[in-house]
Amino acid sequence: MTGPQNDANVNTTEDAPTRRVTGVGRVLIAVYGILALAATGRSFVQIVSKFADAPLSYSLSALAAVVYIAATVALIRSGRGWYRVAWITIGFELLGVLTVGTLSLFDPSLFPHDSVWSVYGRGYLFIPLVLPLLGMWWLARRAPGRA
Amino acid sequence: MIEWFAWAQVAVAVLGGLLCIGLGLLGRKPTDLSMGATALVELLLLAQLVVAIVAPFTGNNASGSLLEFYTYLVSAILVPVTAAIWALIERSRWSTVILGAACLAVAVMLYRMLQIWTVQGL
Repeated sequence: MTGPQNDANVNTTEDAPTRRVTGVGRVLIAVYGILALAATGRSFVQIVSKFADAPLSYSLSALAAVVYIAATVALIRSGRGWYRVAWITIGFELLGVLTVGTLSLFDPSLFPHDSVWSVYGRGYLFIPLVLPLLGMWWLARRAPGRA
Repeated sequence: MIEWFAWAQVAVAVLGGLLCIGLGLLGRKPTDLSMGATALVELLLLAQLVVAIVAPFTGNNASGSLLEFYTYLVSAILVPVTAAIWALIERSRWSTVILGAACLAVAVMLYRMLQIWTVQGL
């Protein structure tokens, strides 16, 4: 954040004093960070040890991990660009958990191996299902340039 | 993994987590108490690392994947450290809540580690 020509930065400094991410939003970011770590760890193990078993499931795991990392970063950073990235990644997560969760219930053979999103994230205390909703609520509350 | 030690560790992490979240919601900034609870969780994780390295030499082998076990353990060791650094940088009530969330995450990871060590591959 050094360039004064960064207009996205100027936009957000109007309403937010020094930092944009404050209060309870910090907890949201921390939980996102933990989930990103969990998804990355699991995906790392799956790909290193048994990728050939279920390439589709494990590729999806890896993709989910990358998206969680991107969402965490986007929530931390300020500016319109990152705000958009946050919406896209969090929207993708919600879509992912709903789609994979539903499919894994109705046709378990599609996802024989656990992923972060299987059965709506049951293996992760349903946090993957709740978190995007909280994330969207929080993003909507602090839209840049919208008072 | 020594089973009773792992369970004691889970208990400490859960209690520490609930304590920190409670203190944070009451509006307390990170104090010696909440930081101490987090430090204790971290210390026990380091002890667990030593136990995990030594245990196989005494015939106490993991029944599941060692790779998975150590991925959990290394990740778990990083979590309280990150939360504590955060709490040092930003001294607000929410940092105390984050300390608690970190401890609870460690508790879940420890439980998974115990499962990997004891009940898989039977």
